[in-house]
Amino acid sequence: MSKRIEVNDLDVYYGDFKAVEGVTLTVEPRSVTAFIGPSGCGKSTFLRTLNRMHEVIPGARVDGEVLIDGSNLYGPGVDPVLVRRQVGMVFQRPNPFPTMSIRENVLAGVRLNNRKMAKSEADDLVEKSLQGANLWNEVKDRLDRPGSGLSGGQQQRLCIARAIAVSPDVLLMDEPCSALDPISTLAIEDLIEQLKNDYTIVIVTHNMQQASRVSDRTAFFNIAGTGKPGKLIEFDDTDVIFSNPKVQATEDYVSGKFG
Amino acid sequence: MTSAPARPARITAKKRLGDRLFSGGATTAGALILAMLAAVASFLVLQGVPAVTADPRDMSILAGHENFWTYVWPLIFGTLWSAALALLMAVPLSIGIALFISHYAPRRIAQGLGYIIDLLAAVPSVVFGLWGANTLAPAVQPFYTWLNDNLGWFPLFSGQVSGTGRTILTASIVLAVMVLPIITALCREIFMQTPVLHEEAALALGATRWEMIRMTVLPFGRSGIISATMLGLGRALGETMAVAMVLSSAGVVTFQVLTSTNPSTIAANIALSFPEAYGLNVNVLIATGLMLFAITLVVNSIARWVVNRRKEFSGAN
Repeated sequence: MSKRIEVNDLDVYYGDFKAVEGVTLTVEPRSVTAFIGPSGCGKSTFLRTLNRMHEVIPGARVDGEVLIDGSNLYGPGVDPVLVRRQVGMVFQRPNPFPTMSIRENVLAGVRLNNRKMAKSEADDLVEKSLQGANLWNEVKDRLDRPGSGLSGGQQQRLCIARAIAVSPDVLLMDEPCSALDPISTLAIEDLIEQLKNDYTIVIVTHNMQQASRVSDRTAFFNIAGTGKPGKLIEFDDTDVIFSNPKVQATEDYVSGKFG
Repeated sequence: MTSAPARPARITAKKRLGDRLFSGGATTAGALILAMLAAVASFLVLQGVPAVTADPRDMSILAGHENFWTYVWPLIFGTLWSAALALLMAVPLSIGIALFISHYAPRRIAQGLGYIIDLLAAVPSVVFGLWGANTLAPAVQPFYTWLNDNLGWFPLFSGQVSGTGRTILTASIVLAVMVLPIITALCREIFMQTPVLHEEAALALGATRWEMIRMTVLPFGRSGIISATMLGLGRALGETMAVAMVLSSAGVVTFQVLTSTNPSTIAANIALSFPEAYGLNVNVLIATGLMLFAITLVVNSIARWVVNRRKEFSGAN
């Protein structure tokens, strides 16, 4: 269920403000692509345009195309609700629904698509999704407890289970480990390594070691100054970006000279 | 050789003047509300007991009734029935308005609408009473006749339809309009507190706006909706003037909402009977007030219990 993402000359606006300018890149299926760059460079904004989540913010709009296996997300008549069912998202802070149990959280997305589901079928899906998120052994005895009772790292893996339960084509992760301790971070990174076999994964991260550990390709974003739009500076294989980048700004950033 | 080591003196926080003043003030305020409640409750009990214990024949207000309980039962029923009808109309409407303001309306319209709702809360109940008796009742009467003609088989709409429209249903509509602002205002505040994080989680799963509201906003606001409803219920149960002016009452127990024989409510009955009451009759009215007090207490306890039952899923942790 993994698909290729092609972005052609994409601009993102918040009202009159141009936040991201002229991004063109291709994300291969069954790979992990990392977006790195200083704060405010538009990498999270750009990530959100890949499942039209930026539209939640009033006044946000894009110019350009995003093709997922050839079909444009921004084509006429494309429903953002259906886009988001194919392109799942994991957020910076773990956000399981506090009013639902662990089991209900995993099934939340599926219930939107397919209301009538036999109990045995639902049980299988819960187990499969939690296995897929490496959480099953920790929670199998308390599936009816609230999801908010888990630790931060477990909550984030629950969110990943919830996202993969609907079998999306692409999984977007917006700094998924920035609120977690190093051990939980490691658990998530191992998980990303496994998920790569089935999904196209795009991850935004502030942690350059993380980008070099988990990703196959890396995109470096930067801004010229406050009020200027963010741009894609360089996009290449991860080892090239970290060892032998072609652009000076990338080298300065990855070597810690700024940012 | 050695005795047990002396326990170190417990370190106490230094008491600063501001802390002491503030904690003293807060404690006093907290104690005051309990004292006031106790004062009201003891007044009601002390003054109400004679009405129950004395011979019913000594009290002219109980004429035609066996004892106090047969007198108060239709009033209790009328109070609960009219308040329930009012909430049945007001709560869904309030939740709808609150959702519109918090999640659907453009910001400018939302602000204006919120302001109008708050204004509605400032209208005195006697004005609502006048409006209900003189404008609403004649206006809805033809509709009542239609309901009775076409849906008369339904028990609520059966019986001899009222010619004036001053029925318990009209009183409940007035009550609904009166409790609407408080429920709406509270629900709006609660809906706007829904964490963006959870709303985005639902949207990112491919929820439509309505599904997002059903998955996050409503469950998150559940305890708040119940609290708001309880406040509205408190006002509906205790409302005096509007009901007294609108309702033509007959002291019966009936679920028919369109007839001219309606149960009165405790508060309206006190207001209407008090000017002519003397001696033990005053105690009878106070005893009915005690019943209202008890009903409110029970209803609120039930609501508290409902809220606490699913505390760990409330989102507050």
